[in-house]
Amino acid sequence: MESCLVEGHEVSERSLVLRAQSGDREAFGELVRRHMQRAYYAALGLTGSHDDALDLSQEAFVRAFRARATIDPELPFYPWLYQIVRRLCFNFLRDRKTRRRRLEAAGPWLAEEIRVRAAASDPSRITERAELRARLEAAIDRLSEREREVLVLKEFEGLLYREIAELLEIPIGTVMSRLYSARRSLAKSLEDVL
Amino acid sequence: MIEAGGGEERIRQLMMSLLDGELNASEREELERLMAADPALEKEWGALVRLKEVTGTMSFRKPPDQIWEVYWTSVYSRLERGIGWILLSLGAMVLISYGAWKGVQELVADAGMPWFLKGAILATVVGLVVLLVSVLREKLFRRGRERYKDVDR
Repeated sequence: MESCLVEGHEVSERSLVLRAQSGDREAFGELVRRHMQRAYYAALGLTGSHDDALDLSQEAFVRAFRARATIDPELPFYPWLYQIVRRLCFNFLRDRKTRRRRLEAAGPWLAEEIRVRAAASDPSRITERAELRARLEAAIDRLSEREREVLVLKEFEGLLYREIAELLEIPIGTVMSRLYSARRSLAKSLEDVL
Repeated sequence: MIEAGGGEERIRQLMMSLLDGELNASEREELERLMAADPALEKEWGALVRLKEVTGTMSFRKPPDQIWEVYWTSVYSRLERGIGWILLSLGAMVLISYGAWKGVQELVADAGMPWFLKGAILATVVGLVVLLVSVLREKLFRRGRERYKDVDR
């Protein structure tokens, strides 16, 4: 499986989509390589589990390939793919059995920035921060799907309100309302340590 | 820019925008005035700022680099398996249908079997084939042509 780069010239996404639509798997492979990390982290933010994020993001690409005829080559590929990722993740989270299993088996999915870790050399401080991270993860897990999604896109993917609104196809006011609701819930859950 | 208007909703939107650095100068002044006049609002703002400081130090835990090296291969394998399942299903459908047809032919040719038993076996076999074809048709064709099946409504 070779790269779709031709002598240093990056192939446009539009061209890759058109080639993928005609059945070119290598072109689709290049689309996968370009968007795999973003799709994985989107799923990780929604599910909070490495294994599930990997599985669901890969499944999203499989479904994207099967539905490739419906992609509009004139529009960016990722927002279209994201709709599949979030749908798969929401369906997964709504399944009570998998949710129970996920909660039992889930490991940490957040990490402290390297600069913060380096600054906290005191072992008791490190333990304290690890507990705070674990409580933050648990509090995020208790949010509704919609609140969690907006929070993750803002806090951990660093998108602007406008970008979140476009991605989710909702008004900016709704983005801010969901974000407020999510943050208020988190602040309440972590009240004693904030 | 946040739409003009009053009420709690606007205050919440102003707080979010200020927290995320998406507020202009005049809106910032407006929010600061509101907070100065309302201690409860100021307290809530303090909690949100502290929360932002915590979330600001967190990021996604990075998976091992090796997963990116085999990521596309895994997706490709899943695509191949999908084709494998379709071929297996089609092949099984043909074989089962053929086997059922031959079995029915033999049953009909058996002069010693009562007619109602022949009829019952025939009905069972035809029913199974109809159900099998119906389920496969739904799985393979109808879902494949549903344009918005992966879009959240």
